[in-house]
Amino acid sequence: MSTAQLVSSLEKEDRTQPGYTDEGLHELSFIRKYVFSTDHKTIAKQFLFLSLFFLVVGGALAGMMRWQLGFPGQPLPGGGVFPDTMAPGGIILPEFYNSLVTMHGTIMIFFAIMPLLVGVFGNLLIPLQLGAPDMAFPRLNMASFWLAVVAGTVMMASFLVEGGAAGAGWTSYAPLSTSGEWTGVYLGQQLWLVSLIIMGASSLTGAVNYITTVINMRAPGMTWFRIPLPTWSLFITAILILLAIPILTGGLIMLLFDQLIGTTFFIPAGSGEPLLWQHIFWFFGHPEVYILILPAMGIVSEVLSCRARKPIFGYHAMVLAMVSIAFLGWVVWGHHMFQSGMNPMLGTSFMISTVVIAVPSAIKTFNWLGTLWRGDIHFDTPMLHALSFVSMFIIGGLSGIFMAAPAVDIYLHDTYFIVAHLHYVLFGGSLFGIFAGITFWFPKMFGRMMGEGLGKVHFWLTFIFYNLVFFPMHNLGIQGMMRRLYDPNEYEFLQPLQEMSTFISISAFLLVGTQSLFAFNFFWSMFRGRQAPANPWNSNTLEWTVPSPPPHGNFAVMPTVYRGPYEYSSPEVDADFYPQDRPPPGAGPGGQAAPEPTPGPAPTPEPVAGD
Amino acid sequence: MNWSWMMPETVSTYGPAIDQLYYVILVITGVVFFLTEGALIAFLVMYRHKEGRKAAYIHGSTKAEVVWTVVPFLIVMAIALASKSSWDLVKNPANFPADAMRLVVTAKQFEWNVTYPGADGRIGTADDFTVRNQLHIPVNRAVRVNLRAEDVIHSFFLPEFRLKQDAIPGREIPVWFEATRTGEFTLGCAELCGLGHYRMKGTVYVHTEADFQSWAASRAEEQQQ
Repeated sequence: MSTAQLVSSLEKEDRTQPGYTDEGLHELSFIRKYVFSTDHKTIAKQFLFLSLFFLVVGGALAGMMRWQLGFPGQPLPGGGVFPDTMAPGGIILPEFYNSLVTMHGTIMIFFAIMPLLVGVFGNLLIPLQLGAPDMAFPRLNMASFWLAVVAGTVMMASFLVEGGAAGAGWTSYAPLSTSGEWTGVYLGQQLWLVSLIIMGASSLTGAVNYITTVINMRAPGMTWFRIPLPTWSLFITAILILLAIPILTGGLIMLLFDQLIGTTFFIPAGSGEPLLWQHIFWFFGHPEVYILILPAMGIVSEVLSCRARKPIFGYHAMVLAMVSIAFLGWVVWGHHMFQSGMNPMLGTSFMISTVVIAVPSAIKTFNWLGTLWRGDIHFDTPMLHALSFVSMFIIGGLSGIFMAAPAVDIYLHDTYFIVAHLHYVLFGGSLFGIFAGITFWFPKMFGRMMGEGLGKVHFWLTFIFYNLVFFPMHNLGIQGMMRRLYDPNEYEFLQPLQEMSTFISISAFLLVGTQSLFAFNFFWSMFRGRQAPANPWNSNTLEWTVPSPPPHGNFAVMPTVYRGPYEYSSPEVDADFYPQDRPPPGAGPGGQAAPEPTPGPAPTPEPVAGD
Repeated sequence: MNWSWMMPETVSTYGPAIDQLYYVILVITGVVFFLTEGALIAFLVMYRHKEGRKAAYIHGSTKAEVVWTVVPFLIVMAIALASKSSWDLVKNPANFPADAMRLVVTAKQFEWNVTYPGADGRIGTADDFTVRNQLHIPVNRAVRVNLRAEDVIHSFFLPEFRLKQDAIPGREIPVWFEATRTGEFTLGCAELCGLGHYRMKGTVYVHTEADFQSWAASRAEEQQQ
């Protein structure tokens, strides 16, 4: 069968039984269908709108920070709307700047990137890619979303209370965070703690659901090593969430007690230990770093393989690299604390574990390059974002090696070099991965194609402005500029760097402005985009075998899986793709005569050299 | 605009070793950067979609996986081991020069208070004197600073000396450094410590030995009046 024949046969095939989609839906009110929905696809969309909203908030906070840094002491355009406790006459105050720093980090990490990756793609992809009708616990899933809404509301409300929002950094180091005496922020810091405790509950209910679904609800033939890499990455991420979030929550509760009921876990005046907070925070915080990147790696692997029309290079190595990252991620937290005053001998131990965790990341990068090698590369918008992920992740990974060497970290720690590094991983990595994922699965979510021309313009402008913002930050860091400074010009040796800060700020405004193209494309395509076929990318995985968008319950007939997810350009078929549920040749139409695939490792991913 | 990847001038004895390590990492990561990004761009050009092109049906290569596991492992371990001696030299109190001049620096929102031992050469006696936001030291003599913090965590950052160390309330953390030339340098705070964090700074004055002695003597005299 040629590609065209396979595509048309897929289009003709009616995979929904009449009446199936509406069954049980007639009684559902608008509220149960769109607000308190238990359908994983609806919940994925709810998470999408929620986290895109917070992405805009986080971007606006960054824009205000960049205004102060680019044009220190000058009134923020439109800043007159802020009360005098934040920005009198539009001039941002130091305490408001600290709130901007803190809330930008907090909102981007907990309310934008994490729900975009885990809430959106976890919900959308796990049941569809496994051939399941929904999540294992649909009501728990609904609770997960609404807990996130409550947490987000509390976090936003903290801007409005007396003293303003939390201002001790997203890391909230004790004792600064233990009392308003040190920051002037009382209720704001407590709301910050409460919000993150609720958000943690949201993440936990999601994680329990994902893990159970992956273990129990795979379609016949969907063996562990036939699971598509996004689902693998989300499964591993869910395990990390399940183990890491309770640690954070425990720490948050201790900090809240220090604030409210007079305990002194982290307060030295009461014989508490400030470093205990840092150990708890980073013991959660470093697995969190991988929670924020692993799903993006999975998404990118899927898009690269599909759009290069080539099997992913080293599927098993890709899975094992993620598993080893998930283990090693627990023993590297001390590298955030090299200069904290912990025993210098520990610095050496954490240096060793830290450089070792660089290896699985390198393995993944080389496998992505191997996937592109001798491929047939289609430069669609999702592919451009995925390729950008790879090239930016290389920079973010390499810049990490500087700080992994503790002696070099002495100088670079807490400078803009770190700010550059973390944004190359979180924006260059995670966010480009998210853009790749949204543009790739948009047709499946909304039944319409996203505008390709506007998508490419958005990609290129984002790619250019992103690098103009964050690359020069390496240079600022090398010149010694500390992070989280309200006005670096206080330091004489940093004054010559003002021109570069202004350049970065202007680029940042353009970067934020460019995102309006994405917003326009997103909403315009949702209503006016070209009708999406079931499988617009000629992809192999199960979500593309059902209509776009899939009906309630997803699969009219339980699919049977015959092969791994990345059988592109297989010599067994003329088409350059070979969906996971297509029966092998000679197995009879519709797969009835096909033998039940035996569980166990997939037979195909034997190492093959050459053609 | 300064797009330089060169480290700024260093004026401490161990600064050049740290800078050298930085340059070694810069060269290694620079080479890896150009090789991997170059390969990426080359593949994108060579294997771009053309009518009738079909991708190679390749699932991987065990040999390649072994190579790109072992080689990066060896490189990063080599960097780590090369880093160890400088780290121990700067941060391990067991290696600090025994004859170093001893000072106490106490950080609090938002100032650095430097306590000198006075004429008796001992800290904690009546003739101690304290100066604010000024760190006066002699050139070519090791200085050992015991860092304290009164309220929240601050970070004692001497960029030209390549030294940074958090000061933590409830602890006393020793650091050391030795200046290689006279002049005025920066003391900054590198850990967010509240709304005045950005202006928590001081100046390091490196004097000749004679100038330092006369400065210390005059300050000790002031103290006694």
